[in-house]
Amino acid sequence: MSALEPKIVAFVCNWCTYAGADLTGTSRIKYAPNVRMIRLPCTGRIDFMLLLQAFGKGADGVIVSGCHPGDCHYTAGNFHARRRWTVFRRLLDFLGVDLRRVHFAWVSAAEGAKWAALVNDVTAQIRALGPYTDFPQRLDGRPQPAEVA
Amino acid sequence: MTAQRILARQNLGPLFERIARDGRRILAPVRRGDRVAFEPVTRPDEVALDYVQTRTSAKSAVFPPYEPLLRFTLRGADVQADEPPPAAPPTVLFGVHPCDAASFATLAAVFTWDSPDPPFERKRANLTIIGLSCTRGDAYCFCTSVGGGPGDPRGSDILLTPLDDTHFLVEILTERGQDVAQLAGPLLEPHVGNGKEAALARIAPRFDARPLAAKLPALFNHPALWQEQSLRCLGCGACAFVCPTCTCFDITDERDRYHGVRLRCWDSCGLALFTLHASGHNPRTKQSERWRQRVMHKFAYQPERLGVLGCVGCGRCSRACPVDMNLAQHVQQLAETAV
Amino acid sequence: MDALRTKARELLAAGAVQLVVGYAAGSEPGRARPCFVRTPAEADGLIWNEHCRQNLATYLQKPEVRAFGRVALVARPSTLRALLQLAAESQLGEGRVVALFVTDDGAVAELPTLAAIEEAVAQLPRGLTAAEHQELERIAALPRAERWAFWAGEFARCIKCYACRAACPLCYCARCITEANQPQWIPVSSDPLGNLEWNVVRAMHLAGRCIECGSCSDACPEGLRLDLLNRVLAEEVRTQFGAEPGLSLRKDYALASFRPDDKQEYIR
Repeated sequence: MSALEPKIVAFVCNWCTYAGADLTGTSRIKYAPNVRMIRLPCTGRIDFMLLLQAFGKGADGVIVSGCHPGDCHYTAGNFHARRRWTVFRRLLDFLGVDLRRVHFAWVSAAEGAKWAALVNDVTAQIRALGPYTDFPQRLDGRPQPAEVA
Repeated sequence: MTAQRILARQNLGPLFERIARDGRRILAPVRRGDRVAFEPVTRPDEVALDYVQTRTSAKSAVFPPYEPLLRFTLRGADVQADEPPPAAPPTVLFGVHPCDAASFATLAAVFTWDSPDPPFERKRANLTIIGLSCTRGDAYCFCTSVGGGPGDPRGSDILLTPLDDTHFLVEILTERGQDVAQLAGPLLEPHVGNGKEAALARIAPRFDARPLAAKLPALFNHPALWQEQSLRCLGCGACAFVCPTCTCFDITDERDRYHGVRLRCWDSCGLALFTLHASGHNPRTKQSERWRQRVMHKFAYQPERLGVLGCVGCGRCSRACPVDMNLAQHVQQLAETAV
Repeated sequence: MDALRTKARELLAAGAVQLVVGYAAGSEPGRARPCFVRTPAEADGLIWNEHCRQNLATYLQKPEVRAFGRVALVARPSTLRALLQLAAESQLGEGRVVALFVTDDGAVAELPTLAAIEEAVAQLPRGLTAAEHQELERIAALPRAERWAFWAGEFARCIKCYACRAACPLCYCARCITEANQPQWIPVSSDPLGNLEWNVVRAMHLAGRCIECGSCSDACPEGLRLDLLNRVLAEEVRTQFGAEPGLSLRKDYALASFRPDDKQEYIR
């Protein structure tokens, strides 16, 4: 996070939430610009490792969003995602990761307003929590705070 | 060049202070719960002086689990690469047992045998080793089978032997040891008499490693023998990682689109994909072949090619192995096997 | 122990199995080691005590062991569950393994078919013991920052040796995710992120599959409490989805199925 603004990564499904976010834009609804969108075909494809990758590269918060249950473009992808999220949340919580940095939502292609409200709310929450300095960062050549001994 | 002195245990604190004032950090065995491991310390009361052996070795002081070799940045069509300054703080490794002190000779033989290895060499150059003789061992120790012993001075710059609860015999063995002795000044008192032998642990030799360099190659094509020994091996890699003389490493890049770092990381010849070629061929597909490699590398190839044994008899591999692969038992069996 | 040795001798003498995988005395009194008995005479080396812990079902991953033919495995309850889970995941066919289930009183039940194993498992107590519950609760009850500090401390000791993976009967992937390098999902190095990601990935890939034998943390040379991660997810799968691996030959992988009314109150 830069001095002021949280970096939030959103993993969203192409058919619902991504389209919904498009609608937010075409409806000229202004909302917090802190989100970096990553478009995937379906929430069922979202590997929990992607969330860790986001945090490992400096994200302060993560949103995962897709079609409402029953509306998945691929019929059942979001049902599988839902179970995976439940288990992954338990693991994160047990490890002591602050669950307020990870948000899950169902946002349909028609819910442009909901997307804006969600992003605004999550951004405000993450800003209040501050930068995510606890999470270990990827060794990718960026200056590291501590040199390997 | 050996000079002998006496150091009172109560003077360890002042000794540590003098070492610290000279700008050196001290790594020593520290007990946490039921584990002892090498950690930076400042006071002697942090140090576990009565340990038999640590789980992981002190090789991290010169060959850490991972270290950066290069950092690189892509700018357009250009790659800018630079070597990060190596982390090689002046260090005193305090309280390693003679087996571990001897292991540094094997590490150096591997890392410096043909080309310079600055990350290793700079750390080694800044390291002084104060060894601690063993007053007791356990069922896994076999230093005396591989040319070492509980009071063996090889590899130590200074070797301490506890003579009783209050005093150490101090043997100053090298120039680096002399430097620290000079720092210690009056803390080291003149020594009269002996007593080292009586204080040492009794470790009966179980085999003689010296003939193995010639004998083991003759056992290379005995697949049943190697399979028998390694059938319970899970191929996990723990033995190589805890071993003070194992040097296998992997070089891997961690990067994003424009920045990256090239790392050297620990690896193990016991892992199934260690010898996987880019072509897809793997010359060692069976665990028995990998086990054979481990034994022969330590007891035949390294002595033959580098003039050092690849094992110091510390026993860590056998203590750490989840399925009780006992190297001393296995090598003893090989020593007793007719060719 | 006598019953076990007798049973092993019988099976080998009759040619019913070509190998008995059990435990023998280890390097010192507090240790046992897996052993491979080929002849009735060798059966004398078999022992059974509380140090016999490595899940022997893991050895079915070794081609050298499978090459012997039909194998008898000395089994604890978790070994039986591992065998069922492997069968449910199409990794173990009928007629490959005879389980020699040793109960606390030393009695040995010969379970020659997967159906017999399933029946034996049905009699076993399920779920976490009170002590195991307590341990999970103790950590879960810590303030969040302390929980994170605890796990950071554990993972700091991880040396990425993968002993946990090697010891696990359910970690049988020919190419583990750690060995993928296009992209390198899990950093090779034992840096803080790599250690966290490795342990998270293993816990998640075993969620709904782990039969809680504890071989992973037993194998860890640094004594990391990996088993707690696997247990907390096993408990979560039990409570949220009512699913439990290793009980049936029918595959019931919680993360490959769903119910329309699965929990979702945390999803906006």
